Amino acid sequence: MNHFKEKGMKIIFMAAACTSVLAVFLICAFLFANGIPAMGKIGPLKFLLGTTWKPSNEIFGIFPMIVASIYVTAGAILLGVPIALFTSVFMARYCPKKIYRPLKSGIELMAGVPSIVYGFFGLVLIVPLIRQIFGGTGTSMLAACILLGMMILPTIIGVTESAIRSVPESYYEGSLALGATKERSIFCVMLPAAKSGILAAVVLGIGRAIGETMAVVMVAGNQPRMPQGILKGVRTMTANIVTEMGYATGLHREALIATAVVLFVFILIINLSLSLLNRRAEHAN
Amino acid sequence: MQIETAAAIEAPKGKKQNESSFADQMRSYLRHPGSGVLALITLLASVLTFALLVFLVGYILVKGIPYLSADLFSLNYTSENLSLLPSLINTFILTVLSLVIAAPLGIFAAIYLVEYARKGSKLVKVIRITAETLSGIPSIVYGLFGMLFFVTALHWGLSLLSGALTLVIMILPLIMRTAEEALKSVPDSYREASFGLGAGKLRTIFTIVLPSAVPGILAGVILAIGRVIGETAALIYTAGTVAEVPQNIMGSGRTLALHMYVLSGEGLHMNQASATAVVILAFVLVINFLSGAIAKRIAKG
Repeated sequence: MNHFKEKGMKIIFMAAACTSVLAVFLICAFLFANGIPAMGKIGPLKFLLGTTWKPSNEIFGIFPMIVASIYVTAGAILLGVPIALFTSVFMARYCPKKIYRPLKSGIELMAGVPSIVYGFFGLVLIVPLIRQIFGGTGTSMLAACILLGMMILPTIIGVTESAIRSVPESYYEGSLALGATKERSIFCVMLPAAKSGILAAVVLGIGRAIGETMAVVMVAGNQPRMPQGILKGVRTMTANIVTEMGYATGLHREALIATAVVLFVFILIINLSLSLLNRRAEHAN
Repeated sequence: MQIETAAAIEAPKGKKQNESSFADQMRSYLRHPGSGVLALITLLASVLTFALLVFLVGYILVKGIPYLSADLFSLNYTSENLSLLPSLINTFILTVLSLVIAAPLGIFAAIYLVEYARKGSKLVKVIRITAETLSGIPSIVYGLFGMLFFVTALHWGLSLLSGALTLVIMILPLIMRTAEEALKSVPDSYREASFGLGAGKLRTIFTIVLPSAVPGILAGVILAIGRVIGETAALIYTAGTVAEVPQNIMGSGRTLALHMYVLSGEGLHMNQASATAVVILAFVLVINFLSGAIAKRIAKG
């Protein structure tokens, strides 16, 4: 009887562990089964490289959205990574012990604030600010870049900080002993040693930024055309899905699912490079 | 540089070796302006980061608190009072529902990975890769999958149940990872002692290992609650946007975050939206405080 129970529970535990496998399988199956046929119907090249998105005329080209997603993500990385990098150096090497705990929980709080709240913040503050300074409507690529740059800060800071911390202290001491200043030791010795961890943090940030939906929808303007400048509105892939899914039917709906497939492929590539980087970081240690 | 080293040697007792006094540091910056600039940039970037956080939280609170009226908490939603209470109740139901499913699943999965699986077996590798993949998928993709699978293929329609199950998949990797870490940190001597006393594997797990891992598991669960409360994109096409509390879990209902999205999307009710933001932020603050308190307890041992 007891033996039976042990065996039974082991199978239950194993089944529970396999849910994630099942979930990934189901997600892939349902997305691809619904999205690929639509790509076939529209024509893969027409779909991926077409520059016009007019669902009412059955023209589905998502190239503007792909470009917008890449631009917005690149902008966010450009703004967010330097700030995050310096902040994590501060957290790992400069921060006085007394204020470390509150600052650390501050960063955790920043990571915990929901994207809808960030989006709202962008809508009521960043967008009007851009409108006042540069004119136009304010909902623009710049607003999305600033907001996303802010949102990826805690992710990058967290990972980078632990990467810097995992560099052996002897590197730092060795550099000091050779006559380098504290800053030189940190930026020229420790950061290069933490390179793969920092790179992993950036890739993680890219994943966050490209997949972000609600905050971007609220501030980016959502015009489905090729990006025409940093102060003009754009629509990312995520925004395309969330704004039109509510009323889409037929081929339009399938085209939106196909958009998600493209986004999913982007995410898979990012995940893959992330796990490669992590493996390299482990090897380095 | 010699100054720094000298300071380290002559440093009074109890001072860390690699640190120099403030004055020495300043003198060193004068001799190496590049280092000084870098230190300054580091400081400025950190100030900017934390100023952004304080400003974000402060701005939302200052803007929203004046609009927290009694009307917002009336029992039924009308287009006049824009009550957030039904959404609050929906959020609560959805959180409980998804945790009731995801927590046991995640904990059991972690038990398998830590206590049963052979290290480096194929299955473990596949589970880890898929869990990593899951944690990288954006919430809108989860939402779309939930819509295709739970809403359409299983014919559950826009319902709290569809939303909850979508969220289960979303928070599963988080609970799994934290539970796994918590189980791993239980010393092996506990297990050996339990086996030595003649307890079976199952009994050891449930009466010895799990109770010692509870704080770590709880921290993960609390983080998961935070994600459920803030989630929007995964729920908009699975749980729907009806502003009422449904009769049962097969009915559609919007959560607090969705309520806020709909209000700010219409553009007419920004004040109520900012009040809702305050309520969400309050929950996030409480959750962060709780998980921080638990982490502190774990650190103390």
